[in-house]
Amino acid sequence: MTATEGLVGLVFISHSSKIADGLLDLATQMAPQTRMVPAGGTDDGGIGTSFTKVVSGIAQADAGAGVVLLCDLGSAILTAETALDFLGDAARARVRIVDAPLVEGGVAAAAAAEIGGDIESVVRAAQSAAGAVSAAGAEPALPPVVTRTVTLVNKDGLHARPAADFVKLANTFEARVTVNGRDASSLLAVMSLGLIRGMTAKISSSDEAGAAAVAALGDLLESGFGEE
Amino acid sequence: MKLDGTWAKAWIRTSAAVMNEHRVELIDLDREIGDGDHGENMDRGFQAVLLKLDDLSSEANPGDVFKLVATTLISTVGGAAGPLYGTAFLKAAVAITGSADLDGAALVAFLAAARDGIVLRGKAEPGDKTMVDAWTPAVDAAEAARADGANDLAILMAAAAAAEAGAEATEPWVARKGRASYLGERAIGHRDPGAQSSALLLRAAADTAATA
Repeated sequence: MTATEGLVGLVFISHSSKIADGLLDLATQMAPQTRMVPAGGTDDGGIGTSFTKVVSGIAQADAGAGVVLLCDLGSAILTAETALDFLGDAARARVRIVDAPLVEGGVAAAAAAEIGGDIESVVRAAQSAAGAVSAAGAEPALPPVVTRTVTLVNKDGLHARPAADFVKLANTFEARVTVNGRDASSLLAVMSLGLIRGMTAKISSSDEAGAAAVAALGDLLESGFGEE
Repeated sequence: MKLDGTWAKAWIRTSAAVMNEHRVELIDLDREIGDGDHGENMDRGFQAVLLKLDDLSSEANPGDVFKLVATTLISTVGGAAGPLYGTAFLKAAVAITGSADLDGAALVAFLAAARDGIVLRGKAEPGDKTMVDAWTPAVDAAEAARADGANDLAILMAAAAAAEAGAEATEPWVARKGRASYLGERAIGHRDPGAQSSALLLRAAADTAATA
């Protein structure tokens, strides 16, 4: 865990320590600089949720920009809400509990935090996970005016870290860009394309101002992300 | 009989014994319609409370005792019951802060605050097949008993009997909250384990008052 000031932190609250720890591994691939703390299982390592782990997780994840808590089943949410009751007013104001699928929401939140999103945008990213594939995948209303088609050359294709890098870059541009019709700024939308090596990615924008973004994203895909 | 700090400690000690004694029963109820850990969790939580009760000063008033119960259950129970009972005891303790022994009004306020804490945390309504279905009739019965001029013991007896009837009444229902709600009609015919542990807890309160 690399601590970076100014990034929103995350706490993964699960009944199972393996789920929370595994999600940390997965999300770290997308967000190596974001403070993320697993809070899985009871204090004695059983199945359940630990108030103590949640409270200390919030403290560890809080670098000042706020903390988003992602929970699995029922009592994880109750434990998180109870933990909030015990925080001071100032700390509580920086914490949000998100009701979203834990894995998809956690990964989306991690990607949003990593690119420096504020707490509300991290919350929105996590919430988008529930309907990511259908909602974020809508075709743009306007016909594309800039398009570039690139063949994926790297080992993993548009998955995991390369997908996160791609989305991070897309988020640095104002213009809306799509990849194969999906929102290029949404990690889950991009990953749901399932693009692997040898497949083609069509990067488009309906906005003249998106030309720079399309060029930069195409260059990134052609670069192979530094992979084999 | 006074509902003072000594009663509060005795109630909690009795509850710990009762949760231990009914551990398997609660596990079995929870296995039918939940994840099967309720008996284990309640037993672990109350055993942890037992260890801490001795650290309290002999001057501790009921509010002090219940605050300790609240924080210990929250951090040791592990399932939904931890935040739910923890919040109940916490809100109930706040409702009687500073009082050395509870009169009828304080007792009713205590029970109502506990129920409100559970509702606040779990957002369940009567009829959802949860511990609220034991607590709400218990609070109503306690209020009615007090209005009839009953003493503390009779108020607690009325609350305990109503909680037991409330727990039993959950048997034919479909659950609308918690893990049991995933089961749909398969929850029918099974008593809610949280309502049952609530009834056990309130019966322990009445029994302790009766022998004090």
